[in-house]
Amino acid sequence: MAASDRTVLQFSSSSSQSLSAKVHPLVIFNICDCYVRRPDQADRVIGTLLGSILPDGTVDIRNSYAVPHNESVDQVALDIEYHHNMLISHQKVNPKEIIVGWYSTGLGVTGGSALIHEFYSREVQNPIHLTVDTGFTNGAGTIKAYVSNNLSLGDRQIAAQFQEIPLDLRMVEAERIGFDTLKATAVDKIPSDLEGMEASMQRLLVLIDDIHKYVDDVVEGRVAPDNKIGRFISDAVGSLPKMTPSVFDKLVHDSLEDHLLLLYLSSITRTQLSLAEKLNTAAQIL
Amino acid sequence: MATTTTRSFLQVAATEEAAPPLRVVQIEGLVILKIIKHCKDHSPSLVTGQLLGLDVGSVLEVTNCFPFPMREEDEEIEADGANYQLEMMRCLREVNVDNNTVGWYQSTLLGSFQTVELIETFMNYQENIRRCVCIIYDPSRADQGVLALKALKLSDSFMELYRSNNFTGEKLREKNLSWVDIFEEIPIKVSNSALISAFMTELEPDTPVTQCDYDRLQLSTSSLMERNMEFLIECMDDLSLEQQKFQFYYRSLSRQQAQQQAWLQKRRAENMARKASGEEPLPEEDPTNPVFKPIPEPSRLESFLITNQISNYCNQINGVSGQSFNRIYLMKALHDD
Repeated sequence: MAASDRTVLQFSSSSSQSLSAKVHPLVIFNICDCYVRRPDQADRVIGTLLGSILPDGTVDIRNSYAVPHNESVDQVALDIEYHHNMLISHQKVNPKEIIVGWYSTGLGVTGGSALIHEFYSREVQNPIHLTVDTGFTNGAGTIKAYVSNNLSLGDRQIAAQFQEIPLDLRMVEAERIGFDTLKATAVDKIPSDLEGMEASMQRLLVLIDDIHKYVDDVVEGRVAPDNKIGRFISDAVGSLPKMTPSVFDKLVHDSLEDHLLLLYLSSITRTQLSLAEKLNTAAQIL
Repeated sequence: MATTTTRSFLQVAATEEAAPPLRVVQIEGLVILKIIKHCKDHSPSLVTGQLLGLDVGSVLEVTNCFPFPMREEDEEIEADGANYQLEMMRCLREVNVDNNTVGWYQSTLLGSFQTVELIETFMNYQENIRRCVCIIYDPSRADQGVLALKALKLSDSFMELYRSNNFTGEKLREKNLSWVDIFEEIPIKVSNSALISAFMTELEPDTPVTQCDYDRLQLSTSSLMERNMEFLIECMDDLSLEQQKFQFYYRSLSRQQAQQQAWLQKRRAENMARKASGEEPLPEEDPTNPVFKPIPEPSRLESFLITNQISNYCNQINGVSGQSFNRIYLMKALHDD
């Protein structure tokens, strides 16, 4: 890097190289919903991102809200009062969530973005700009995150450059609910616990069958062996605790009996309740 | 001609008055995520929030929601809470969110939600909006890979009874209301906009195993079961306490009746004597006598709710142990292989 006393064109390189972001599925849902409900004349929606910065420097984007704005050819008017009201309301519920940046729909960064980004830079240091391509411009719903780097000439700032940062889109929270529920436009009912269990077991069996088939194929020389996969399989098999069949049987039987006992207890309680109900009404009729 | 049109208009108005019963609650995926996030962030303390949406025929659409801040026992803060609610509604309206309250959501711990407070809140909501639901989410069950969402409403016959605040055995028999009939569970449908559906399809990872499978195949459920049993035992204690109240009531009732009989016999004997001596007989009723003061019958509401609670725990135990059986047999089969 050049010495700072000379007048050179330089990027103020912050720690943006190591910066990455993680998105909660709620944020995507919220942005899509706001986009669907946007005013007639608006092309895009923009809003504030809330979240926290994890100890390892990853920005965890956990919540968002839309902010009304007006956009003409060369200027953007953001409803700052609305933004502040909403921020206060959100912080009443969850004081730990702070502003981490802002979002906009559309593909990539546009001209007006720099202005809005400047506004958010005053709210928080080094805000993140998240773009969600709700128009599916190139056939894919691109979601990208940027931070801005200032391009300065000496002490004078002349431009800002948006630099893409890695974005973690793995959505553990969404997986918890199940993509089947979130993916479809209409789901008739929420799967009950036993139905969910059945689905999981079926998936597990399919996986075991796959591995079985793969191992057979390797043994018979139909598929070239892959050491990596082999190591994974041996790890999985090795993670089974080693115990004699009698010990294992005892373990299984013990927990089976425990659960049977609980089942019995709860059934007897239920019987008692319905019996009491019947007796109660009978007594009243007398 | 004019009269027929007005009549038909009236008829239309009259038919519209009788709204179809609520059959389905249709929730957006966004709302589910919001509820789960709010409840999970604050778990294990219990939180509530408001549901916004539309009431369309027999379907209640829940299209958005917002959380309430933690409740505190302070009047100033309570007023603040009302302000917060208004402010939030105003803000959400500005970004074209449906701002029509359709109910509220709350988190619960292992399904221990059937309380008098819930009923009171429900009655409060019911006063302002014709149709409302309460969505209950249980974060403690989510660790098992279960989406424990429930939509509840109070049954109409129960609400009628609650308004008159009359929970004597006679009244309940008249209405044929038992503890099963207090809450009605409404089936939940999930809907997502086409845009979200597209994004989720795009973002769905192609890994064969998801987090929810891991959660479901987790072998240790003993802590959950323990808590469940603890709650069940507590409820049993409460129920026996209620029962004692009733026993006490019946005992004092029969004692009073015996006293009344004794008094009546004494009065009759006295009257016979008076008649024999030609005097006016005394009235056979004396409302001023403390013996005739009716003893208030204790309300059955509490015991009804506890019974509901117990059956809820029993169902949960059945469900969880059913799952555990599956898991144990699966593990056994895998091990035998």
